[in-house]
Amino acid sequence: MFALTPLEIEALYLSLLVSCWAVVGSLPFGVACAWMLARLDFPGKTVVDGLIHLPLVLPPVVVGYALLVLLGRRGVVGGWLNDWFGITLAFTWKGAAIASAVVAFPLMVRAIRLALEGVDRGLEQAARTLGAGPVRTFFSVTLPLVLPGVLTGVILAFARSLSEFGATITFVSNIPGETRTLPIALYALTQVPGGDAAALRLCVISVAVAFAALLASEILSRRVQARLKA
Amino acid sequence: MLDLSLRRRQGDFHVEVELSAGSGVTALYGRSGSGKTSVVNMVAGLTRPDQGRIKVDGRVLYDSEAGIDLAPEKRRLGYVFQEPRLFPHLSVRGNLTFGRNRLPAAERSVDFDRVVGVLGIGHLLDRRPSLLSGGEKQRVAIGRALLASPRILLMDEPLAALDGPRKAELLPFIAELSRQFAVPILYVSHAMDEVLRLADTLVLMDQGRAVAVGPVETLLSDPGLRPLTGRYEAGAVVSALVASHDPAFGTSRLSFDGGTLLVGRTDLPVGSKVRVRVHARDIAIAIDPPERISIRNVLPAVVKSVMPADSFLVDVVLMCGGTPLWVQITSLAQAQLGLTPGMRVHALVKALTIARGDVAGQG
Repeated sequence: MFALTPLEIEALYLSLLVSCWAVVGSLPFGVACAWMLARLDFPGKTVVDGLIHLPLVLPPVVVGYALLVLLGRRGVVGGWLNDWFGITLAFTWKGAAIASAVVAFPLMVRAIRLALEGVDRGLEQAARTLGAGPVRTFFSVTLPLVLPGVLTGVILAFARSLSEFGATITFVSNIPGETRTLPIALYALTQVPGGDAAALRLCVISVAVAFAALLASEILSRRVQARLKA
Repeated sequence: MLDLSLRRRQGDFHVEVELSAGSGVTALYGRSGSGKTSVVNMVAGLTRPDQGRIKVDGRVLYDSEAGIDLAPEKRRLGYVFQEPRLFPHLSVRGNLTFGRNRLPAAERSVDFDRVVGVLGIGHLLDRRPSLLSGGEKQRVAIGRALLASPRILLMDEPLAALDGPRKAELLPFIAELSRQFAVPILYVSHAMDEVLRLADTLVLMDQGRAVAVGPVETLLSDPGLRPLTGRYEAGAVVSALVASHDPAFGTSRLSFDGGTLLVGRTDLPVGSKVRVRVHARDIAIAIDPPERISIRNVLPAVVKSVMPADSFLVDVVLMCGGTPLWVQITSLAQAQLGLTPGMRVHALVKALTIARGDVAGQG
């Protein structure tokens, strides 16, 4: 049987923890940004759009380093967080979650924005004439209609978070039990002699997790689609 | 009930409308691009006028001078669009109660079961909109708007997307609405048969303006408005009551102010109010009463006006009692008859020419 070693369980657990928090934490911002880009016209929109998409084209190491400068214990924002709230992000799993969230953010926003642009504005108008205000209309009409897109965005972001390596190792390093997620553990094993077999096992686990996530998303999105159609 | 004074510029197109309408159905009629939908959207609050005032039921919804501009959700109106616009993620029941659920219980003046009953959608309640036919969808959309207990119901060509039979199936429902639920309706249409069937007041729209506002019978019997009421629609509209049926000959007798009209048999019961469209080309004029003639309707009348129309035609308006009849004759006929206002004549109408489609029940 394929029994997991404590080290593998730890890495798997950290990977899932970090990815879940990365996705859940960034989802409200993702929806807000997607809505802003899909529905509003404001000066500097292109710049905002570019900024949101930047992590998609930058080397992840650059993102990680930027995070370190910003959120590190002596960073601009990080120092303030540390002094006032005692929150430390650098070299913790929370920092890993933030690194993953930033890198995965453009993927999430893109998917949700696309779905928002496909929504029939006529339905929103109808909701308004029926007495629902803008906020109510968003939650009772728009959001249910873009649910498949949100789901796609969440799965994409989750998958991207699972595979996140460069930004994570730069920002929060490789700390066993704190920031050593699956890809980082795998990398560490390839750096020591005789780690091949263990690395291969981590490979298989990574593939299995990624595949399970894809499968789950497929099933979920089919259900949602069926609900909208039938 | 409804007082409008609106002005809006959309690119090169200017909409400038002033009108007030009472209870019942007010039809905005005009060719596409005449600004009908713009007016309705401004009433609904979906587009903002540049200037003006909108008052429904004594309540100001918009006033550019006082700086009032209520959001659509605060206007308390029902809007039935050309497409049904049902929410695909909700069941028919969920759609119907969408607006109703936003209202405090005390203000829900329209009964759910009654709407469902009148529209005949009781068997559809648990279905999804995607499984409904076009006619069913539009009925649900009407129900949804009604259940929001609106102070006015806006309908923007609700039948335009439907085929003939569906349209015929839905018309009676709409005709019932205003009366049954005591709500004024602003109805946009470019189909004269719908206007005849539904409207109490007619607003003729042309190039963004309300050119004429008045009772349907008056406006449609006015040759001067013909460019707007439609060349092929030329004819008068007569309000009448179904007086009797003659099954043996397949005819019905309609009585109106000015006499009786014999027409092809209608299915409407005796006593029903109807509007009859008599096409201007289908009426002949005789100065002396003809004898031994196949034409069943010989109506004494007085010439009211004689006006040359285009292509060698002459428009003659006859008064038959209090009912104006619009007649088109050739210039040649006019040259030989020499009709002048005040002359006593006889209007001849073949019973056959008034087909079932020309008689519209008014409930």
